[in-house]
Amino acid sequence: MKLDAKIPSGPLADKWTDYKAHTALVSPANKRKHTILIVGTGLAGGGAAAALGELGYKVKAFCYQDSARRAHSIAAQGGINAAKNYQNDGDTVFRLFYDTIKGGDFRAREANTYRLAEVSNEIIDHCVAQGVPFGREYSGYLANRTFGGAQVSRTFYSRGQTGQQLLLGAYNSLNAQVNAGNVDVFERTEMLDLIVIDGVARGIVVRDMVSGEVSSHFGDAVLLCTGGYSNVFFLSTSAKGCNGSAVWRAYKRGAGFANPCFTQIHPTAIPQSGDFQSKLTLMSESLRNDGRVWVPKKAGDDRPPNEIPEDERDYYLERIYPSFGNMVPRDVASRNAKNVCDEGRGIGPTKRGVYLDFAAAIERLGVDVIKDRYGNLFEMYEMINDEDPYTTPMMIYPAPHYTMGGLWVDYDLMSTIPGLFVLGEANFSDHGANRLGASALMQGLADGFFVIPNTLGQYIAKGKHPDVDPNCDEVREVEQGAKDLNQKLLDIKGTKTVDYFHRAMGMIMLDKCGMARSKEGLNEAIEKIRELKKKFWADVKVPGTGESLNQELEKAGRVADYFDLAILMCLDAREREESCGGHFREEHKTEEGEARRDDENYCHASVWEYMGEDQTPQAHKEELIFENVELTQRSYK
Amino acid sequence: MKLTLEIWRQKDANDKGHFETYELDNVSSHMSFLEMLDVLNQELIEKGEEPVAFDHDCREAICGTCGFVINGVAHGHMKRNTVCQLHMRTFNDGDHLVLEPWRAEAFPMVRDLIVDRSAFERIQRAGGYISARTGSAPDANSILIPKDQAEAAMDFAECIGCGACVASCPNGAAMLFVGARIAHLGFLPQGQPERAERAKALVAAMEQEGFGACTNYTSCEATCPKGISIVGIAKMNKDYFNAKLFTGGNLGGKD
Ligand SMILES: Cc1cc2nc3c(=O)[nH]c(=O)nc-3n(C[C@H](O)[C@H](O)[C@H](O)COP(=O)(O)OP(=O)(O)OC[C@H]3O[C@@H](n4cnc5c(N)ncnc54)[C@H](O)[C@@H]3O)c2cc1C
Ligand code: SF4
Ligand code: FES
Repeated sequence: MKLDAKIPSGPLADKWTDYKAHTALVSPANKRKHTILIVGTGLAGGGAAAALGELGYKVKAFCYQDSARRAHSIAAQGGINAAKNYQNDGDTVFRLFYDTIKGGDFRAREANTYRLAEVSNEIIDHCVAQGVPFGREYSGYLANRTFGGAQVSRTFYSRGQTGQQLLLGAYNSLNAQVNAGNVDVFERTEMLDLIVIDGVARGIVVRDMVSGEVSSHFGDAVLLCTGGYSNVFFLSTSAKGCNGSAVWRAYKRGAGFANPCFTQIHPTAIPQSGDFQSKLTLMSESLRNDGRVWVPKKAGDDRPPNEIPEDERDYYLERIYPSFGNMVPRDVASRNAKNVCDEGRGIGPTKRGVYLDFAAAIERLGVDVIKDRYGNLFEMYEMINDEDPYTTPMMIYPAPHYTMGGLWVDYDLMSTIPGLFVLGEANFSDHGANRLGASALMQGLADGFFVIPNTLGQYIAKGKHPDVDPNCDEVREVEQGAKDLNQKLLDIKGTKTVDYFHRAMGMIMLDKCGMARSKEGLNEAIEKIRELKKKFWADVKVPGTGESLNQELEKAGRVADYFDLAILMCLDAREREESCGGHFREEHKTEEGEARRDDENYCHASVWEYMGEDQTPQAHKEELIFENVELTQRSYK
Repeated sequence: MKLTLEIWRQKDANDKGHFETYELDNVSSHMSFLEMLDVLNQELIEKGEEPVAFDHDCREAICGTCGFVINGVAHGHMKRNTVCQLHMRTFNDGDHLVLEPWRAEAFPMVRDLIVDRSAFERIQRAGGYISARTGSAPDANSILIPKDQAEAAMDFAECIGCGACVASCPNGAAMLFVGARIAHLGFLPQGQPERAERAKALVAAMEQEGFGACTNYTSCEATCPKGISIVGIAKMNKDYFNAKLFTGGNLGGKD
């Protein structure tokens, strides 16, 4: 496996402009002759489908939901970053780039992250033009809020539903292209495999989730925009259908998987309430703008929060990190919540929780301002917990939320399989070992609307792309393989449900490959997951048939892939003998308990190559070269 | 708590369908309604029966995927709620609940509690957007929008496209859904150039899909999980009639 990142030469700030000036173009008349398959209709996929449709490509877009508008991007709450400097508080493209690189603990590629910061401003312009109703000042100008890991106010938002509004913007643009005849959308259609012919990505095998029919689609490039794999933990903030199967099956066909162990555990979710729990609900990080995080000073203090006097509360983030306080990056906030709970100071019925208190903000700003900023989040909290956060502090606890790892891509967003591009959360490129808040929406829209339309042309212009014979051996084999896999799952006819196995795996992963990891724990996890996987293949019960709508079969296929992905995550976490961002190895911490990076040995992306079923994958490295920032120990004190 | 569930079971569009009754013990008051159904489904699978198919994804009341009728009310008895955020503590021990899919001519049956809402897709594609080519936008702050106008647009933009309004309307009308989109874009200056065309295109598509007419029952507004106001329907009608009167014209201005 060769890893050539194809980073353009020249100064960081000029790379993207120069790239665009010199890249090969496809003539308008020829674009029509090229079919592009796009899997996923979130901000990344929806944006790409719209933008490539506008350029005149023939686009086919796929999603597993019954509407493109329901992709998981819809659930994003807090906001989207851009370096507009509308607040005149010293923001620049470089500062956004620097915050993102530093927030990611210096494990992302400089050139990609800089480009992300650079196009951030165009994104906001475009979204406003699409009719996204961003929050505004009374003057009519756009409003901003502050997010974690930054000391400037650069986050744009639509109440607590920023993802919804951005996705509807992208969806509308997509619809305009459907109406124009440039894009076809295939809903309730799940990608099962990737078709690679002569080493080049040429198509996908899909299953119609209503009829069960398995078929193939062909094109001159395939774009995977399938989101993240946090559901490997079973309980996460992701939608129930989010899955890692599309990227996993591409990995098995030869796409390198980068930094699989880089996952983000978000500090502010509603704590779990029982064994039946099906997912965790996020409370946007923007709440940390005005909420203060605390636990009682004494372990085992069972008094209701309002009865605990001020001097018996430990506002631990403000105490430990006086300069960033409650606004430290997510990994830091989560780890500290875990620590205080481990000390026995956790709150709530399970003792795995901390308070997020708005009393001070309400006193300072008044209820109306708080309601205006977070009204719907407070409503949601009350609906779920039956407690009023205006009068009683919220209870929160960290939850798996985002996966920085993903398929390796070069500057063009192309994977190690020519013709296979990967966008949005599904790739590994911009966030290193930890993602800052409000930067995933930015990346999705950047990749979809502004990067791929400029980088795809080069690949299309330079290749030959002969027609695919739908009856050739390669196609038949992959199609048959996908059918066989489903049949195999149905034929096991065991005794335990898919969810039983998924929950069990999630618990192992959260315990051993979650907020803190150790060599010993990871070895144990690998063993246990291998055993569980064996039991799954011997004893899972998938009812129904493959020739109809079968939600258990869909889940079974995804969980089957999660076993292997989970093992790869553990391998990767074990291999990386350092702590960085969300990857915290117990063996590697400073005296104060903070993450200790090892830049000498681990300043690279780890890229894994599939070597066959149950074989140890081969590790490769992309060395990360920092020419524009100095690698410092992250400090938010 | 204990519950009796009477659930609509239908294998596919060709099957006739029937109600099936299930008893469920040990329902925790902390569960969401869908978690309660998860528990039922686990039991059914273990017993060798097929689980109840229902649509869902985010379980945070934002994707609009979930939705069915509980005891005659779309999304259940709690106001401004979706079934995924409906909690069992709002029910009583011994309750008898009847679960049915959205019933509307324009939403054909798929399976059990799942229907086909693709008619909504076709309506939105007919023109429910602002045509803004990527790359051509001016600086975002060059378009000033008074806060109350932006908020009004947002009130309508919150529609999650779930279809409850259609299911709860005796006529099976989609006015609230379509009105929401027209009002959202119509409140914004960026939405003005295509305002007339948009109204005409959406109304035509809606009629073609076989949705019923609005006779002001307002049950849509009452069941809408996002509290979309029927003012949207009024805006839609106004835009539509203006568009028909001044064909092709730019409606401009505010209202
Ligand atoms: C609760 C929550 C709140 C968040 N809040 C914020 C925020 O405030 N700011 C921020 O920047 N980020 C936020 N994020 C992160 C952000 O929302 C996501 O990272 C981002 O939206 C991912 O976009 P995407 O386009 O890459 O993928 P997604 O939006 O997840 O889209 C994935 C698409 O792929 C399709 N798909 C997946 N697998 C298959 C398959 N096998 N076959 C066919 N189709 C498939 C799906 O149907 C879907 O269309 C939040 C995330 C969560 C969970
Ligand atoms: S208007 Fe309300 S009920 Fe109708 S689709 Fe939108 S959110 Fe659902
Ligand atoms: S599952 Fe998304 S709105 Fe209910």
